[in-house]
Amino acid sequence: MELALSSEDAAFRDEVRAFIAQNYPAEMRVANPETDLSKEQMLLWHRILHKKGWIAPLWPREYGGPGWSITRRFIFEQETTRAGTMPPLAFSVTMVGPVIYTFGNEAQKTRFLPRILSGEDWWCQGYSEPGSGSDLATVRTKAVRDGDHYIVNGHKTWTTLAQHADWIFCLVRTDPNARPPSGISFLLIDIKSPGVTVRPIITIDGSHEVNDVFLEDVRVPVENLIGEENKGWTYAKFLLGNERTGMAGIGRSTRYIEKLKKVVKAEIPEDDPAHLEFVRDIARVELDVLALEATELRVVAQMARGIDPGPAASLFKIRGTEIFQDITELTHRAIGNYGLAIREHPVSANRFMPGPDYGHTASEKYLNSRKLSIYGGSNEIQRNIIAKAVLGL
Amino acid sequence: MDIQFTEEQELLRSSVQRLLRDQYDFDARRKIVASEEGFSRKQWQAFADLGLLAAPFSEDVGGLGGSALSTMIIMQEFGRHLVVEPFIETVVLAGSLLQQAGPREQSYIADIMSGTKVWALAWTEKSSRFDLASVATTARREGKDYVLTGEKTAVIAAPWADYLIVSARTSGQRNDRDGVSLFVVDRRGANLDLQSFRTIDGRRAAEVALRGVRGALLGREGEGVVALEACRDRAIGALCAEAVGAMAELNSATLEYSKTRKQFGTTIGSFQVLQHRMVDMFIAHQEALSLMQHLTLSLGTAEPVSRLASGAKSKVGYAGKFIADQAVQLHGGMGMTDELNVGHYFKRISSINIQFGDPAFHVLRYAQLDAAA
Repeated sequence: MELALSSEDAAFRDEVRAFIAQNYPAEMRVANPETDLSKEQMLLWHRILHKKGWIAPLWPREYGGPGWSITRRFIFEQETTRAGTMPPLAFSVTMVGPVIYTFGNEAQKTRFLPRILSGEDWWCQGYSEPGSGSDLATVRTKAVRDGDHYIVNGHKTWTTLAQHADWIFCLVRTDPNARPPSGISFLLIDIKSPGVTVRPIITIDGSHEVNDVFLEDVRVPVENLIGEENKGWTYAKFLLGNERTGMAGIGRSTRYIEKLKKVVKAEIPEDDPAHLEFVRDIARVELDVLALEATELRVVAQMARGIDPGPAASLFKIRGTEIFQDITELTHRAIGNYGLAIREHPVSANRFMPGPDYGHTASEKYLNSRKLSIYGGSNEIQRNIIAKAVLGL
Repeated sequence: MDIQFTEEQELLRSSVQRLLRDQYDFDARRKIVASEEGFSRKQWQAFADLGLLAAPFSEDVGGLGGSALSTMIIMQEFGRHLVVEPFIETVVLAGSLLQQAGPREQSYIADIMSGTKVWALAWTEKSSRFDLASVATTARREGKDYVLTGEKTAVIAAPWADYLIVSARTSGQRNDRDGVSLFVVDRRGANLDLQSFRTIDGRRAAEVALRGVRGALLGREGEGVVALEACRDRAIGALCAEAVGAMAELNSATLEYSKTRKQFGTTIGSFQVLQHRMVDMFIAHQEALSLMQHLTLSLGTAEPVSRLASGAKSKVGYAGKFIADQAVQLHGGMGMTDELNVGHYFKRISSINIQFGDPAFHVLRYAQLDAAA
């Protein structure tokens, strides 16, 4: 299914497609890019896009964005996800960047934005805490003013790729007496500061994507405060809105369905009764993707006409994650007995992994994708949002 | 149909519980899984000393005569503690095949019961999926032995085993039910190569290459599939009991968590949507437990049990999948961590759902066996 494109937009789509084909680094095409690439490898494509001026589709032109229409932004996202390129560093480009250019002062914009675009600074997100998951407004990490510094103490968790990060943007409590969500501030912290400790959290697939971040008497210059003290919740909500876009994951799901079809074709002979069952299950999940894609295109068309999509992002998040979980589960089932095997991390070609190549990441993808219905606002929370904001319940 | 345990069975259960509580908590298990060998010979010996490895064997071969019911009792507790030692492979699979095959195999059984030898069953092949009759490995008679050639895949516990029972074709075409025979093979013998790997649930398995390996016929030539089918029924009973034990732990952990984890100023267990979810988890466990017990009781009779075994494997499998999914979901990020036991139950249940056929395979088999009846 395609958006009806003007001839200019169609030419743009062809340009993007050709650029990816000619420039996407071959060494980033590994079995499971999300877990197998080094920091340097992850940044290769980021730098290429930066050089081209395409790294931050969302950003206004004055801060280094390409100045694309909503339609072109969508085309770019569609082409890159279909091609399976690694997305730009989400916490840098999609999250903290827009907060800085929207709510930051001139000095902060000058200092941070160019380094986000170039990839010199890698950002991670200090939102969740052990006691604050879905209920973020209750963060307990404290920042106490001491002259022209804040002294920060607390424990952040589920911090994605903090092991690579240069900076962490944090929600901290600056007014202990205010009722949540008041009294929270948005603070930028140099992760190399004394008192910051990053500890890996290994997940059930064996990979190291997330971390605990401990902050112990960390001195943060007051100039690293975004906007006003105690107004951080406003900025955080703005950012969470960004986190949910692209959650439909149509391009990714489409690619993984193609892989699934190959696995089924190779593993399950047509005269096996399981074959028909897989054919039916695949068709059903393809229809799920088609319906979600049609919904996404409808919303994009509305946005292009200036209509606010409201909580459509929640719908995309719920269905996008459920669909991808279905696909990874079907793939894991399709490889049969080899589904018992799992690669060991850190991944190395020296470790034996049985079965055909296309099955080597099926187990870890299946396990890893359980997180999708939990993170970024659990699917239960997303349903609450729709119940309240759309249905008025 | 509720099972009332005899005094003896109650004693078995409480002694297994005590042993695992004292020696097999989650930290102890983690160390065992991370160890060089991947399972604990010391623990295995403790199981033998407690009589667990002799429990299901009949008295005429020196066992305790506890049959499928004692296996159920043991496996439920093993499921609760995520025991990785190869009880199913050695006692249930190899043990029952050896016992069925006749008195000639008596000394093998004695070595199993004493904890001296570990066994594994090599039936799966690259293209076999879940079909016991899909065997391309061949066995050729040479003197009083046979010589086996072929490849077996994803053989659980093979790296730990002293002996393998290998299915190989002595006649017929790849998918014929007839013409498959079973052989006892020395795992360390000549011309046998293992490539070991870790399984998702913390065990070890291997690809097994047989390049002219000597094997001794087990049971009757050409009747291997029939023997394997009966063996699979018993394995399903054991796997279902293990799954039900794991499900019970997941449900109680989730319930406990929902009563202590606070968000939005209240325990998450006070949210109706999560209450209903946990009610469905409770129901799924109750149904799985009932069907599993029904199967266990039927395994002890002379009635044909294959259809019920497939039905239970499917129903328990779907119930386990639902409970495991929701237990992770309700634990939030914690459920995703390697540190918490919840994810490890999830992985064991995922693995049980592959062994001897996934729930979709067995629901179809259940239907087909009805049509055939």
